Amino acid sequence: MSLLETIPSVFLKNGLEIKLKEIHSAPLISSWIWYRVGSRDEIPGKHGISHWVEHMQFKGTEKTSSDDMEKSVARTGGVWNAFTYLDWTTYFETMPADKIDLGLELEADRMVNTTYDEKEVESERTVVISERQGRENSPGFWLSEALHNAAFRIHPYNHVIIGDQVDLETIQKNDLNRHYKTYYTPNNAVIAIAGDFDKDQMLKRITDLYQDIPSGDDPPRVNRPENPQRGEHKLTVEGPGETVLGDVAYHTPSASEPDFFPLLILDSILSGPQGLNMFGGGGISNKTSRLYKKMVEDMEVVVDIHGGLPATIDPYLYTINFILHPDSTTEDALKILDDEIQRLQDTPPPVDELKRAVKQTQALFAYGGESITNQAFWMGFSEMFASYNWVTSYLDNIAVVTPDDVQRVAQGYLQPKNRIVGIYHPHKKGNNNQ
Amino acid sequence: MTKQDFSTLKINSLPGPDDITRIKLKNGITFLFRPNMNSMATSIGGYVQAGSIYDPQDKLGLADFTTSTLMRGTRTQSFQKIFDSLESIGASLGIGCGSHTAGFGGKALAEDLPTLLKMLADVLMNPIFPEKDVERVRSQLLTGLDLRAQDTNDMAMLEFEKFLYKDHPYQNPSDGYIETIKAIRVKDLAAFHKKHFGPKDMTLVVVGPFEPESVISLAEEYLGSWLNEDQADAMQVPDMPHPKTSIQKHHVIDEKSQTDLVVGTIGPSRNWEGYYSALLGNSVLGQFGMMGRIGESVRKEAGLAYYAYSALSASIGPGQWMVSAGVAPENLDKALDLIKTELRKFVDQPVSNEELRDVQSNYVGKLPLSLESNAGVASALLTMEQHQLGLEYLQNYEKMIRGITPESILEAARAYLDPDRLVISSAGPKP
Repeated sequence: MSLLETIPSVFLKNGLEIKLKEIHSAPLISSWIWYRVGSRDEIPGKHGISHWVEHMQFKGTEKTSSDDMEKSVARTGGVWNAFTYLDWTTYFETMPADKIDLGLELEADRMVNTTYDEKEVESERTVVISERQGRENSPGFWLSEALHNAAFRIHPYNHVIIGDQVDLETIQKNDLNRHYKTYYTPNNAVIAIAGDFDKDQMLKRITDLYQDIPSGDDPPRVNRPENPQRGEHKLTVEGPGETVLGDVAYHTPSASEPDFFPLLILDSILSGPQGLNMFGGGGISNKTSRLYKKMVEDMEVVVDIHGGLPATIDPYLYTINFILHPDSTTEDALKILDDEIQRLQDTPPPVDELKRAVKQTQALFAYGGESITNQAFWMGFSEMFASYNWVTSYLDNIAVVTPDDVQRVAQGYLQPKNRIVGIYHPHKKGNNNQ
Repeated sequence: MTKQDFSTLKINSLPGPDDITRIKLKNGITFLFRPNMNSMATSIGGYVQAGSIYDPQDKLGLADFTTSTLMRGTRTQSFQKIFDSLESIGASLGIGCGSHTAGFGGKALAEDLPTLLKMLADVLMNPIFPEKDVERVRSQLLTGLDLRAQDTNDMAMLEFEKFLYKDHPYQNPSDGYIETIKAIRVKDLAAFHKKHFGPKDMTLVVVGPFEPESVISLAEEYLGSWLNEDQADAMQVPDMPHPKTSIQKHHVIDEKSQTDLVVGTIGPSRNWEGYYSALLGNSVLGQFGMMGRIGESVRKEAGLAYYAYSALSASIGPGQWMVSAGVAPENLDKALDLIKTELRKFVDQPVSNEELRDVQSNYVGKLPLSLESNAGVASALLTMEQHQLGLEYLQNYEKMIRGITPESILEAARAYLDPDRLVISSAGPKP
């Protein structure tokens, strides 16, 4: 089967969506289950609950204790983990093919049977708070948090996934359990499995494991579209250190909108290529991207710069992050950034620059395709905000972008009134011993 | 329900003497290749004997500075040209500095292997260290050091190594200090390159969809003619005695929410006869499942930390065996007590048969996963070469792992871990 072949979904009667891809290059299978719930489904007072529920999914069920879960997976040499994002939460196991049944049983079990023990909830409360405090040690975290608050007044993308300390201190067992029961249902989930198996045999096994789990009510999704921004937002965050950091974020459309692909090319041209690989594959450096060339190399106003355009259900952000050069000022850096953006708005990029972005994307797919885990990831990930066709047609959609398209989206989205500029200013109170 | 076995591939074709090519190029470079006909891409890796142990005391960070500047320009190519060639074909190439070696790694679509090897050869053999580029890299390194000074994890580790390896070449951070980076001149970089970069004791690995002959011929073409008569011999590092008593040090970084803690001592080198016993023992101690016994105690039972694990770092010289955790400042002593309790238990009693079986299965099972990608295979071949483990290493691996006993683990633990002789380093707000 080729790397990017269409994979039809199969649906069980309870609404569970299943995508299976046979890959027989190594005796491994990677199994993922995706739930349509993330930090955007949280109301004030409960910020961080989706991520905390993800933690609780490792606390055991009536049938299998937490200890047995961890050990049974680890004994196989397999890896497993979970991630909570803005729009989704996912769990995966990649294991030797003859052991994957353990992972399949485990996921079916914890879709409905996770126990919410008071003691476990309290012990996990301090673990989640510790996770947040670990992130707080990084200046970039404070900046990102402030930037999201400023970017989204209405839409729930306005808070960080880990949640607010005050909510992490007050969320209760019943809140967690309610969240779990609401969103962890077969009709709100997608299973994506890739690796060394026979498709019919695997489908039968998944059907056996899940068909008796009743579907739930369609879970609510918060639908509060953000109003267009009316003017540039600027913010500063102060903290210890010596280094000034900058985040410049532009409101951009959702991944399923046609403008998303020209914006991906724009990102590639301005700040370097980004791939869809979550596991291995590595990246391609961005030393010849326009912003790196101009801001790091020619003008020396920043020491590093990157960009990112995440794929999301609702309109989100294209963010450019930089580390200011110690001899420069944020005003100089922002002026040069604006000049580069203006250049793209004034003149469409040469065709060669677009061709290069296509070749880079091809390479990133080839690298990512070496990993079965990545291939399974792609199938479920794309279903969360569009469909797997979004991945299989990704290269084609990139290839048809024209220079005029890139110019048009630069003109349309990269406007000061549509952005938030966040600067981290060190106040130099910290101990700066080397 | 009955358990299912889905696997269709019953034969596990681990890399071995049958499919690994290992030769010496005409200038002595050790070259290893393993085909992967399923892949559309290629990975390369390798090292030269030019790590931070060769840094002069007043110019710490010199090896790192040199490797960071190799790709800033060669006799025939500017920085822009180098990266334009790589990025326009979606390839990547990076060079980094370790304690003994400068390591390199790269990726490209299979058709671009010649471009990648040619570029590697050029940046290794012909760097010119342009003044302007050197200053640019210096700014980046100095900013990196500013960021390091604010990173509780980095600073706890830096202080840990400073005390653990007192008066040993490993005591110095490979990225140096602000004053030593400022003291390095262009001529220092060129001299370091001349003295330490060369084919002697160099290793190059390629993995990808090729026939061995074609890859050997490319390696010979681009790297086989490299000679450097001035290249110094690889340096041997001395052993390091264990700390005589426990040493505790807290590095204050104000306004942080969390304190990072590193507790440990000298560990075995990679070629120590009891290495695998130590490795499996360490897994029981702080790796297996949710971070082993340490994770069970510090995270699961006490809820004190998001991360708490043990690690064994073993290479050519004396290694380190340590436990690391991120805790709220007020819980530092509590976490430390729990960690010491676990260490004491670990050296008092052998691990149970069940614990041993668990970690043995884990280590045997995860091998195929680590070899899934070209980069994974390249990394395994480099380890095999660097530590002279032999081409049969991966195929003998399971037997080696199954041969470990609770007693041999206890022996390894007692040879290195003493809960009363630890280096304890933390970084975070004032306690």
